[in-house]
Amino acid sequence: MSTIEERVKKIIVEQLGVKEEEVKPEASFENDLGADSLDTVELVMALEEEFETEIPDEEAEKIKTVQSAIDYVTNHAND
Amino acid sequence: MTTMQGQVALVTGASRGIGKAIAEQLAAQGVKVIGTATSDNGAAAISAYLDGNGEGMRLDVTDADSVAAVLKAVDDNYGQLDILVNNAGITKDNLLMRMKDDDWDVVLDTNLKSVFRLSKAVLRGMMKRRFGRIINISSVVGTTGNPGQTNYCAAKAGLSGFSKALAQEVAGRGITVNCVAPGFIDTDMTKALTEEQKQTIFANIPAARLGRPEEIAAAVVFLASPGAAYITGETIHVNGGLAMV
Repeated sequence: MSTIEERVKKIIVEQLGVKEEEVKPEASFENDLGADSLDTVELVMALEEEFETEIPDEEAEKIKTVQSAIDYVTNHAND
Repeated sequence: MTTMQGQVALVTGASRGIGKAIAEQLAAQGVKVIGTATSDNGAAAISAYLDGNGEGMRLDVTDADSVAAVLKAVDDNYGQLDILVNNAGITKDNLLMRMKDDDWDVVLDTNLKSVFRLSKAVLRGMMKRRFGRIINISSVVGTTGNPGQTNYCAAKAGLSGFSKALAQEVAGRGITVNCVAPGFIDTDMTKALTEEQKQTIFANIPAARLGRPEEIAAAVVFLASPGAAYITGETIHVNGGLAMV
């Protein structure tokens, strides 16, 4: 079983078409990984499906970096 | 993908008129069609004419729960949705000075907000599959205006703006969003026009006749086809020359 961090990173690599080594914790989806606003919506959709959770819009807006995605899932996946 | 064989389409307002012609022509291309009507009788009639190439379902496009239920049924039974044709529409005509708030609200809700509801609901699947066709049936009067139809004209003009904006949002995902704008077509909706209204309209149609529902359906099938993949945010007017824009 992969860790949450590995699963989140895998989704980011797939969704944004970036290299794994680029997916650093502090990397911003839009500024560092070349995502546009629709890419980030799709990324959140993919996270919702992978972790079988619904991410409210006001929370989704805060998910802007790799670490913030990992943190959100870590804090909400096991509720 | 070179044919439409095996694709799945949802056509609202498919029990009669233009919607029925669209559903029939898509089915003739090998598309599985879910046609919707507001009544169980209407849904049964759709199932009957589709004859195994899809089915009729009851849908109230102004009811978010009804939309969710139909889309879940489509997902459960067909597993995908490639084509959405927003055709359901109503008129509640009156001069603005006599128009009731309810008549404004119900026309905007049924003809415009329904398209927001349905499009939003189908986009997730289309984005994931990197393919989709959303085709909105607007109207020539959305461009030209028509006295007695401020509500209807506002809703139909709204579809054009909606389609252009959404087209820009999702073009990069292989999804196109277009309108087909019928002129005066021989349906129950135009049968409700007064003789005086009809004479005025006929005098302005170079083709000198009403259009047929199949002539609208042909434009819809084209926009849904693989050959139309590079057309998005566009309106195709089908009106016998009534208005050239």
